Amino acid sequence: MKNSHEKVEKNVGLFFLFTIFAISIGGLVEITPLFFQKETTTPVDNLKPYTALQMEGRDIYIREGCSNCHSQMIRPFRAETERYGHYSVAGEHVWEHPFLWGSKRTGPDLARVGGRYSDDWHIAHLMDPRSVVPESNMPSYKWLAENTLDGELTGKKLETFNWLTRNRSHKDENGNAIPLYTQTEIDGAKDAVAGKTEMEALVAYLQSLGHALK
Amino acid sequence: MSSFWNIWVWVLTLGSLVGCFLLLRWCLKNFAGVKEGESMGHEFDGIEELNNPLPKWWSTFFLLTIVWAFGYIALYGLGNWTGVLGWKSSNQGILNVAESKAKTAASLADGSGVIVQYDREVAAADAKFGPIFEAYAARSIEDLATDGEALKVGQRLFIQNCAQCHGSDAHGTTGFPNLADKDWLYGGSPEAIKKTIMDGRIATGMMAWEGALGGDQGVKEVAAYVISLSGRSVDPELAKAGKAQFAICAGCHGPEGKGNQMLGAPNLTDNVWLYGGSKRAIEESIRNGRAGVMPPWKDILGEEKVHLISAYVYSLSQD
Repeated sequence: MKNSHEKVEKNVGLFFLFTIFAISIGGLVEITPLFFQKETTTPVDNLKPYTALQMEGRDIYIREGCSNCHSQMIRPFRAETERYGHYSVAGEHVWEHPFLWGSKRTGPDLARVGGRYSDDWHIAHLMDPRSVVPESNMPSYKWLAENTLDGELTGKKLETFNWLTRNRSHKDENGNAIPLYTQTEIDGAKDAVAGKTEMEALVAYLQSLGHALK
Repeated sequence: MSSFWNIWVWVLTLGSLVGCFLLLRWCLKNFAGVKEGESMGHEFDGIEELNNPLPKWWSTFFLLTIVWAFGYIALYGLGNWTGVLGWKSSNQGILNVAESKAKTAASLADGSGVIVQYDREVAAADAKFGPIFEAYAARSIEDLATDGEALKVGQRLFIQNCAQCHGSDAHGTTGFPNLADKDWLYGGSPEAIKKTIMDGRIATGMMAWEGALGGDQGVKEVAAYVISLSGRSVDPELAKAGKAQFAICAGCHGPEGKGNQMLGAPNLTDNVWLYGGSKRAIEESIRNGRAGVMPPWKDILGEEKVHLISAYVYSLSQD
């Protein structure tokens, strides 16, 4: 054993392996079991898949970086639930790829913003936030009203989500998985969104948020 | 958690704690074959390496963190074991609101053996604030509207939940009604205000009339007549033609254009224009229609808070 630490200190490969081993333990304990637990893989009862338009809106939410300033995660503190509603639970997010929990609240949490404001408000607010909330420091997103969707990829997105959620969808009474989208919905996805503006899609997405636990 | 993952968590956690301890013990031994404090036999740029042990304060703290970890596990649990305290932050794994409420009730029951931090926090707040809201809820909205303390609470709730659309001064903006004037779409009585907030007002709205009015000319004529209703000067020919067509508007806005609070149809004879009173704005309203939506708040806020907000809103137009 004399000065055997020298072996590690003088061998980058070995040092790398030991380091990986040491830092992986936290993840193995805290993260790995979550992939297999009932609580984190069962959808809540009222969870509904996004419609084709909402799915496109979600992609715009991601594209515009909304999650840089808005979280979608209500923590279990009274101060938060008084303002935003029931705290978030894992079962509401089992179909999310990727999660849009965010980690910063320059703006308010949006986990349950659905139904809180009218469509008109969302449009006015996205066009020019200060027209309705003078105190707001949110940028305006006027171009969303000008860009239209062609829906070329919408069907594929729904299909992909069917695959991603194949082990975590709702079950029928015989315990068989119910895919998020039927073939009819996938085939009709293009027509459902083609010609709609990005604004309509984003508002549809925002209005869909958080109803599963209300 | 299944027993496999429970064992997984226990073995890895305890294993790494024991591993850390063994590593520390190993590092505290002198394997160098050189007496403590003496030279290791080399120097770099005049700096000589001595065979010094790990600092005592450092290794003591390392040991204390291991002891701390065992204490923490004992109190807060590990894997499926909830620990001596039976503490958790919230009820995760619920599938609907009813289940959430049932779990909360169970955790708050005497002798439940668990501490759900969130449930306790809410229960403590309810015990403190509940009687206050209850007392306010027992009083009429007219009565609360004269009570400065109640209005303060109402105003805070308004700013938190209503100001996004109606403005922090409740004066509204284009498309979102001013609540501080005496003009009401659905009525300004305490009952009407409370109903509006509780259930929302999801009207069918005003439809687009351009087609029914026979195109742009029809829109301009009716707009001219509508503008004339509030005493502004317009092209009399246009207004006359518009008056003839106003019959279809009268269904909601009334024959004199004074509106109908049953339908939320605004009065067109006053100076209040929700979507703007310019010729262009009025023409646009007629051409494309308008449909404002007030969302329902009873599920989000509950009746007691709506009652207070109603009193605050009601007070704004009383003087």
